[in-house]
Amino acid sequence: MATAAEPLERVKERIDLIANGKARAEVEAGDAKLIDVREPHEWDEAHLEGAVHVPQGELLDHIGEVAPHRAERIVLYCRTDNRSSRAADALQDLGYDNVSVMRGGIVGWQEAGFPVIAPEGLSPEQRMRYSRHTLLPEVGDEGQDRLLNSKVLLIGAGRLGAPSALSLAAAGVGTLGIVDDDVVDETNLQRQVIHTTDRVGMPKTASARASIEALNPDVNVVEHRTRLDADNILDIIADYDVLVDGADNFPTRYLLNDASVRLQKPVVSASILAFDGQISTFVPYEGPCYRCLYPVPPPPEMAPSCGAAGVLGVMAGIMGLLQANEVIKLVAGIGEPLIGRLLLYDSLGTRFTELKVNRDPDCPICGDAAPEIDESEMGKFPDYEAFCAGTPVLR
Amino acid sequence: MPTVKIPPVLRGQTGGEAELATPGSTVGDVLGSVADTYPGTRSQLFADGGELNRYVNVYLNDEDVRVLDGLETPVSEADTVVILPAMAGGL
Repeated sequence: MATAAEPLERVKERIDLIANGKARAEVEAGDAKLIDVREPHEWDEAHLEGAVHVPQGELLDHIGEVAPHRAERIVLYCRTDNRSSRAADALQDLGYDNVSVMRGGIVGWQEAGFPVIAPEGLSPEQRMRYSRHTLLPEVGDEGQDRLLNSKVLLIGAGRLGAPSALSLAAAGVGTLGIVDDDVVDETNLQRQVIHTTDRVGMPKTASARASIEALNPDVNVVEHRTRLDADNILDIIADYDVLVDGADNFPTRYLLNDASVRLQKPVVSASILAFDGQISTFVPYEGPCYRCLYPVPPPPEMAPSCGAAGVLGVMAGIMGLLQANEVIKLVAGIGEPLIGRLLLYDSLGTRFTELKVNRDPDCPICGDAAPEIDESEMGKFPDYEAFCAGTPVLR
Repeated sequence: MPTVKIPPVLRGQTGGEAELATPGSTVGDVLGSVADTYPGTRSQLFADGGELNRYVNVYLNDEDVRVLDGLETPVSEADTVVILPAMAGGL
């Protein structure tokens, strides 16, 4: 029986240490299960293709899931081969009798010139471009890397989407999807700063792409030149990490909410009218959803459009930038997002008011009694036009 | 007196006033006083049975009255009642 105090040399006498070339051949042929027993930060820096990660301290708890049969062929590795030898010894004590350790670990592997999987890290150009971000300890290289690998979908390239798209592009969000089926029109230019006078008549997604690509070539722009509807929404949002709601109508807002809860995607939601804005961040099951806040939409006379009532362009820009700020926090995993909080902005008084938003236990979408949605019902949604026109909708 | 914050969509009914000092010792009293003074707001705040319309959110300071005692929630002189309808504008 091995003890932690037993000298490594004695432990290694009981272990079958194999050359990395042999380990590679076995793993590539699918003959052996390869387990990396190092700590998570070491795994994140680089690891071998095809390996499973189980830190040494957790190996005995999880080996049953990774290798349910004790006769299974297992190859362990660590940085050199010390931790993996102790781990192999422990497995042998458990009755695993076909365990080997890769001699020299990942260090020897890399010295042999074999490939590893490692995050790309920032290029010299990116290091320069994002230096004001990476200088912030809360963001750093890791946060910037997360931004560069993130996928954010903007619903609407209008008065909210335009300023948030520009800021997110500048910040280095790797993929920016934009849903909009409209074309740039002269009345948009008062506030939709992503568009330009010479692009009147151009699809808004194409105009947004031109501005974003001119600003930051790191960003991959995906144009969704369509309106979100029950038939396309799941396909469109499935690939994204964070959704930014700047829709101009209630049916789309309820549809987006219900679909995002089904796929468990966070939504940064803002709305604007005249001199006032509202913003909140809905993270499914962690906080309330849009329906917990607004169970039913208001009648049309209580909900004039900006086209009818007007809107201060600068206020819209501020709300769009607040949305971008929320997205960056969610992606980088920093700060306190507006989960369970609704922020109101009164631009005439320059006053912010914060209200609490509670999860509604009776919410038909995310509440305790909400119906389970199985695979066959996943893409089916109620009639939001009818729901928002005040007509009862059976679910 | 408690202060009531009026949302933009109701200001057409309150002569443009965004904040009203309104008497009342419960949320229901305060909103009832608003509706008495500005009758145009009544149908937008209250349903036929006298309960709050579901599409109008009302907060006492920063807390939703739905998780307090609704219209029965007591209100003191220094409190603020916020009336908040959903807005859809964005594009």
